[in-house]
Amino acid sequence: MSTPRRWWKTLIGLALTGVMLFPVYWMINVSFTRDRDMRRSPPSWFPVDGTLDGYRAVLDQQLPYLGISLVVGLGTVVLTLVIAAPAAYSLAKLRPRGGGALSFALLIAQMVPGIIMAMGFYAMYLNLGVLNTLPGLIVADTTLAVPFAVLILTTFMSGIPQELLQAARVDGAGAVRTFRSIVLPVSRNAIITVSLFAFLWAWSDFIFASTLDSGGDHQPITLGIYHYIGNNNQQWNAIMATAVVASIPAAVLLVIAQRYVTAGVTAGAVKD
Amino acid sequence: MTRTAPAPTRRPAVAAGGPVRQGPGHRKAAWAAWGFLAPIVVYLLAFYAYPMYRNLELSLRHYTVRSFVQGDAPFTGFANYLDVLTDATFGPALWHTVVFTVVSLAFQFTLGLALALFFVRNFPLSATLRALFLVPWLLPLIVSSSTWAWMLNSDSGVVNAVLGVLGAGPVHWLTSPDWSLWSVIAANIWIGVPFNLVVLYSGLQAISPSVYEAAALDGATGWQRFRHVTFPLLRPVSAITLLLGLVYTLKVFDLIWIMTKGGPSGSSTTLSTWSYRLGFGNLVPSFGPGAAVGNILIATALAFGLLYIRLQRRQDLS
Repeated sequence: MSTPRRWWKTLIGLALTGVMLFPVYWMINVSFTRDRDMRRSPPSWFPVDGTLDGYRAVLDQQLPYLGISLVVGLGTVVLTLVIAAPAAYSLAKLRPRGGGALSFALLIAQMVPGIIMAMGFYAMYLNLGVLNTLPGLIVADTTLAVPFAVLILTTFMSGIPQELLQAARVDGAGAVRTFRSIVLPVSRNAIITVSLFAFLWAWSDFIFASTLDSGGDHQPITLGIYHYIGNNNQQWNAIMATAVVASIPAAVLLVIAQRYVTAGVTAGAVKD
Repeated sequence: MTRTAPAPTRRPAVAAGGPVRQGPGHRKAAWAAWGFLAPIVVYLLAFYAYPMYRNLELSLRHYTVRSFVQGDAPFTGFANYLDVLTDATFGPALWHTVVFTVVSLAFQFTLGLALALFFVRNFPLSATLRALFLVPWLLPLIVSSSTWAWMLNSDSGVVNAVLGVLGAGPVHWLTSPDWSLWSVIAANIWIGVPFNLVVLYSGLQAISPSVYEAAALDGATGWQRFRHVTFPLLRPVSAITLLLGLVYTLKVFDLIWIMTKGGPSGSSTTLSTWSYRLGFGNLVPSFGPGAAVGNILIATALAFGLLYIRLQRRQDLS
């Protein structure tokens, strides 16, 4: 294809991306808009004469929420890996009888709508007295990631050469040693993918937060934004500034780990 | 399934142990295998099976706030389901769920496929732009929902401002019963396009260039190539993309709840927002009916989920 034609496609591509990302731009634009300009018609298209009031409000009011989300996200990653990695190793390499049924159960588990899980967890947590606690929220959030994590890790670990594991066995390593000193280090990339998604899903979770943690002292950022929308309908620069800050993990993820993201998105749908 | 093949056949060390294949070595390996699986088995039982069992139980009893805490609600069988199915909200909620799902999927898939075809031939910056397209899918739903809610605000939203410049009157996107469902569908399409794009793009890449070369040698035009080469070869991936999209779209709750709370007057209520409203949205919760609606939803999702698994199996075999 000739060079001018390719650049022409780049122009179209830029235009399409611009249209697609307009809401994101608008979120950023509104986050800098002054209160008095908020309802101006026509709206200001660029944040000239902007304000940092929205971000000041974030610093004043939303930092605790962000901190909680960070804790919940990291907790979800750790718990997800602790449960999913050994399971994946077993399903991929030890292949016990009944492993197929377990994989099937995990596929089904992925399809359960969040509202059903939320209601069941609510009933269960109420009796256990762990409503509005962080460990409770973390456990619930892991259900968003564990089935996905096992599927990704199993696929990856199946590709580890059998010779590598046999060499370890000859050297006298048991299953646990093999898992810890060979399988886990070799699976680094898949573990990163899984961790990133588990973090992002826990960070973004709204349904578990709003059902299981809505009365808690420690609430995540999704509830921070939700209360904002409910309480002060007028301060949209503060709401959008919080939204911008809440988007940072997604942006970071995309910049530093794009190929892991793509791998994660396609893992469920496309077989190599 | 190949996964359940007996392990010893794959392990020379054990196979060399002679005729006693069910010997201690094998049993030890099985113990180790299930030892690694123990955490997830416990986890699945405690945090999937049990909540779902509780949900089922909720739907079969008459719960009040008091009996919810004390756990002595009377068993009422399918009364909650009967209540829900005869409720005036059920028909519209089911219909909105169907419209929401079908329209979202149709547009997500078509736009995703068009973009995948556009991006499949590399051009300068194509990889970067393709990555940027993922942003809507990665943003927390509360972020995208509140941004869309503000963009579609009747008085001060940018959408109405643009319409005003074009001479069209303001549309009450989120506050008019005629528009609310379409507004949440539009936002949902925006969120779902990236997923379709990425999956279909990788499906397109898996098609060998030699097939296209052969088609070109036969003198196929661009449209004929798409119609007779690309589309048939992409069919397995397309089917799975659509089914996954279906299962995900049926689940959508956050977006609708944050943008419209299912309103105004139920005009954007789907099964999942209705279930949430029944269980958590009112001052006096009706857990029983809420759980019943949830179970109707899960039955639908699982039916399509099983179809997905069958399709994927078939793709594995081919």
